Amino acid sequence: MIEAENLCKYYEGVKAVDGVSFSIPRGVCFGLLGPNGAGKTTTVEMLEGIKTPTSGEIRYKGEVLGRRFRNEAGIMFQHTALQEYIRVDEALKMFQQLYTKTRPIEELVEICALEEFLTRDTRKLSGGQKQRLLLAIALINDPEVVFLDEPTTGLDPQSRRNLWYQVRRIKAENKTLVLTTHYMEEAFELCDEIIIMDHGTIIAQGNPKALLTHHFDKSVITLPLYVLPDDFQADDASTLHPQDGHMEILSADVDATIRHLAEQQISLQQLQVRSPTLEDLFLELTGHHLRT
Amino acid sequence: MSLRRFLAALQARNLEFLRDRTALGWNLIMPVLIVMGFAFAFTTGQEELYKVGLYGEPGQHHNLEEFLSTRYVDFIPVDDLGRMIEKVDRHQLDLLLDLENRRYWVNSTSPKGYLLEQLLLPYKLQRETLSGSEIRYVDWVVPGVLGMNIMFSALFGVGYVIVRYRKNGVLKRLRATPLSAFEFISAQIASRLLMIVAVTVLVYVGTDLVVDFRMVGSYWLLFLILILGALSMISVGLLVAARITSEEAANGLLNLMSWPMMLLSGVWFSLEGSHPLVQKLSLALPLTHMVDAARVVMIEGAGFTEVASQLLILTLFTLCFVSIGSKTFRWE
Repeated sequence: MIEAENLCKYYEGVKAVDGVSFSIPRGVCFGLLGPNGAGKTTTVEMLEGIKTPTSGEIRYKGEVLGRRFRNEAGIMFQHTALQEYIRVDEALKMFQQLYTKTRPIEELVEICALEEFLTRDTRKLSGGQKQRLLLAIALINDPEVVFLDEPTTGLDPQSRRNLWYQVRRIKAENKTLVLTTHYMEEAFELCDEIIIMDHGTIIAQGNPKALLTHHFDKSVITLPLYVLPDDFQADDASTLHPQDGHMEILSADVDATIRHLAEQQISLQQLQVRSPTLEDLFLELTGHHLRT
Repeated sequence: MSLRRFLAALQARNLEFLRDRTALGWNLIMPVLIVMGFAFAFTTGQEELYKVGLYGEPGQHHNLEEFLSTRYVDFIPVDDLGRMIEKVDRHQLDLLLDLENRRYWVNSTSPKGYLLEQLLLPYKLQRETLSGSEIRYVDWVVPGVLGMNIMFSALFGVGYVIVRYRKNGVLKRLRATPLSAFEFISAQIASRLLMIVAVTVLVYVGTDLVVDFRMVGSYWLLFLILILGALSMISVGLLVAARITSEEAANGLLNLMSWPMMLLSGVWFSLEGSHPLVQKLSLALPLTHMVDAARVVMIEGAGFTEVASQLLILTLFTLCFVSIGSKTFRWE
């Protein structure tokens, strides 16, 4: 559906995106994951035709981005204001008139759960309500491809879950989705395929679950820092990643590591073992955290 | 160009303007208040001097010397007799004396003219009477205030608003739709023009009820002048908004354009007799041409041919600014 080849975007000496290539097949939910400043938004805005790449090529259905793409794409930006003093239903109607092929407003009201605030001024919406309206606007032309740029950033957990529910409904309609996020659980929940970006380049690419098993056969053991002696050393099977107030031990052999801890008479009272997440994968790949 | 998309953008902008009560109220009330303020300020404190225009050489007519040395009378040598007669008709000159032909013009409705005439009776000059009504400062200033209001509404209503849209992402969102820059800009122009026309009509009627100003020309011609003037101002606003991304910068630049226009376009006082450089500079400002044209139509009843040059200049300003503005326009 969309092909990106060797995309680069430079700003006054800063390489925001540096030679990124990937292809997005029809019908998948494609995620761009990475910390703030990794180049996700710049990449996705080049795909959306909002930014022109310094070099490289983007093709939509084999064509360069043009009017056809603008008619068939739906976009939900990270920061968008709507015109002021406009009600939710008027905003929907206005955007509907900009397209030739459109979806009935009642359908969108239902999908995005806009009914309760349909006649409210757009400035008086909560964060979650505004994101739902922006999602409805992104769907107004019944798009073949939907771009969602950090759709849940700044939302409370409940609104985030609501929005995930709506995104899954859109996925179920067999639309192609392109999603950027810095929440690994969001990428894990929603995406069929992801690229992980850092410093403008792709550091890993593939299905999120496959990526984890491929890169990662370790488990994560967590202990509070105060139970560990100052000179604590890891065993051969594990590596140490000190965090705020606790220690994360990435271990390839949980049994051996726990034995090693017990031998040193460390209290295992508050010990937790969990499966690795994309966050751990990111840490492993880059040596730094996703949300820094 | 799709009419449907144009109308969608036009309607969104119209709703926004009409629902912004504070801005709307300000647009309507401020000009009426300004005119009322001037009407009161200038009803008292009239000038003390009597003004007499002198046509021809005063030296050859000895017997008038006593009159010509009357104190508290300002004797002004003039050479354009026709224009001066008009001034007497409009009470801008109390009496006009033609020294060579021993005749004078006086307005029979002017108290000052009556008193001066009493001093002239012994000289047995030929009397020419006029009876035009007085032109007050407020009659003169109304076209200026209307023009100024249009200028502010156009510059800030288009320039500032587009910069705000650019900054908060409204433009970015619209760019991702099939709406073209031309459709968007046309909708902004049309919306602001409609608003300016509606507001100006209301302000015109409101001001007229309060101060009953002079309007002797054609309403259609005045309407045409105000439309072309408004378009030229809107296009200045577009030019300012074409690329700027910061509201502060836009605000500064718009003020930088509106203040010289307010002071140098003859809104408040006539530029006659000011430094030639100032007069030349004022010709570069579209507001000058709009106010001048509106003033001659309203006060003197000028016809189309008398204001054709100003109308042409306003049109050229518009074409020039709109084409540069849309060439340099950036969504982001």
